[in-house]
Order: sequence, then C-alpha cells, then structure tokens
Amino acid sequence: MPWDRAILRDALGIAVASGAYAISFGAISTAAGLSLLQTCALSVLMFTGASQFALVGVIGAGGSVWAGAATAALLGSRNAMYGLRLSSLLDVRGLRRIAAAQFVIDETTAMAIARDDPRQGRFAFWATGFALFTLWNVGTLIGALATHALSNPKALGLDAAPPAAFLALLAPRLRAREPLAIALAAAVVAIAVLPFVPAGVPLLIVALLVSLYGLFKRTA
Amino acid sequence: MIWAGVLVASASCYALKLAGLSLPQSWLENQRVQRTVPMIPIALLAALVGTQTFSVGQHLVLDVRAAALVVAIVAVVLRAPFLVVVAVASATAALGRLI
Repeated sequence: MPWDRAILRDALGIAVASGAYAISFGAISTAAGLSLLQTCALSVLMFTGASQFALVGVIGAGGSVWAGAATAALLGSRNAMYGLRLSSLLDVRGLRRIAAAQFVIDETTAMAIARDDPRQGRFAFWATGFALFTLWNVGTLIGALATHALSNPKALGLDAAPPAAFLALLAPRLRAREPLAIALAAAVVAIAVLPFVPAGVPLLIVALLVSLYGLFKRTA
Repeated sequence: MIWAGVLVASASCYALKLAGLSLPQSWLENQRVQRTVPMIPIALLAALVGTQTFSVGQHLVLDVRAAALVVAIVAVVLRAPFLVVVAVASATAALGRLI
C-alpha cells in the first residue's frame, strides 16, 4: 500500500475512535448544564479533549467556571510541548501556522512524529488533524443532541461518566512507577483539601504541587 | 458566565498550542521543564477522578459513583475501549440507583 493511503487509513481509524469519545463528551457536557451551542463551541474552539472534559466536569460538579477554565488551560500546557516538538517538522508560517496550531494535540503529534520521513510526518499531521476535527465535532453534536432529549441524565448514571472518562484518559500515562505514584498522591491530596477550599481549587493546588515537585526534585 | 469561561479557556488552550509552534526550540532542551510538563496532566486527571467520585460540592460522600469507579478501573485494566469504560461506569451507577 502506498504510504499516503496507509497514513489516511490510520488517520481515519484514530478519528473514528475519537468521534466515539466525542459523543460521550457531548453527553457529559450537556448533562453538566452547558447549552448545545456552548458544548459545540468547546469542540470547535478548544479542540483538546482532556481540557474540554475538565471544564465541563468542574462545572457539572458545582465548581466555579473559572476554576474549570484554569484547569482546562493547565491540562492544555502539554500541547505547547507538542508544538515545540512539531515546529521544525511542520515549518509553518503566517496563516498556515495559525491553522496548524489548532490541530496540535495528542493524536496528531503521535501520528506526525512516528514517521521517519518529514514529508510523511507533515502529511500525517494534516490528515489526522482534518479527519479528527471533523469527526470530533460531529460526535460532540450527536452526544449533545441525544442528551438534550433526555429528561433526567442522572438516572442513566451520567454523573459517573466523567470520572470514568478521566480514568480512561489517565490510564495510558501510568505505565511506570513514578507516574502511578504521582497519580495516587494527587488524588489523595485533592480529596483531602476538598472540604476546606472552594470547588475546583483542589485541582489548582495539585497542579502547583506537582509543578514544584517536577521542577525542584533532584535528578538521579 | 459559562460563555465567558468557555471562551477564555478556549483562547488559553489555543494560545498554548500556538506558543509551542512559535517559541524558540531551546525551551525544549530544558530538562526540568521537559520532565515536569507531562506530570501535570497525570496529576490533574487523577485529582479529577478522585474529587468527582467522592464529593458533592464541598462535601465528601461515598455513593454509587465509587462502585462505578471500581468497575471503570477493572475495564481500564482489561484495556477496554474508551466508550466501553464510560458506558459500564454509567450503567453501574444507574443500576446502583435502581437497587
């Protein structure tokens, strides 16, 4: 199979899987109290899954919108790292850079840096970006419309969906001892401080602590 | 109010993506930054799992969502796809409320 067709096939596979995931985002966001338009705006404008889930998760749990927004931005910090990695490969300027930036997420980065040939890497980035952006937004709309039609999302257990979604996003990052220890410590700290600070703030405390740990721990 | 949060958070996330493509490459070479950035999503996602399972507002509670989390952990360990993990957790919570 020619390389461009192989890349397109992979890109479509990733986009279909993400579209299914976007259906659950649309459902969770609507159940959290966001309107159809707000839910769809997030998938178009934010277009980075974990941040979107975090924002609607915090709002749904009764936290302040601003604590949710701060958490979403902190989760988006890894995209800056991906952008740094991708910038020499993509070599985009002007309007193309403005467009490319929106596509800098986990999946497009993984697809682009997996190729040895820069031309294939660039093709993989754009193909994955366009396919994923399209199906991500279609999935969001389907999930939001379906939930909009429900009278009581809680009866379907939809309030248990966000933690499961976060867990599924977290799991692939835990294949070593240090990340697992960080995850457990973060969960314990967040639960421990929760009764004493406004909703959403435990997340910011955890983000601060892990940043200090990462920046100042001694290297072995 | 939700709209303001949606727009500000979206703009922040976009700015971070654009910054990555625009900043000098030397930032990537800073080892402390390099090892810290991947830790942030791990800590935040774990904190979200913990707080959203065991609280209502500012109160710690233990309800059917804890059972849903246990089922979700089993699904994740078995490497179930994303939608399956979310679906079995939701179904567990829904069933728990019926009982």
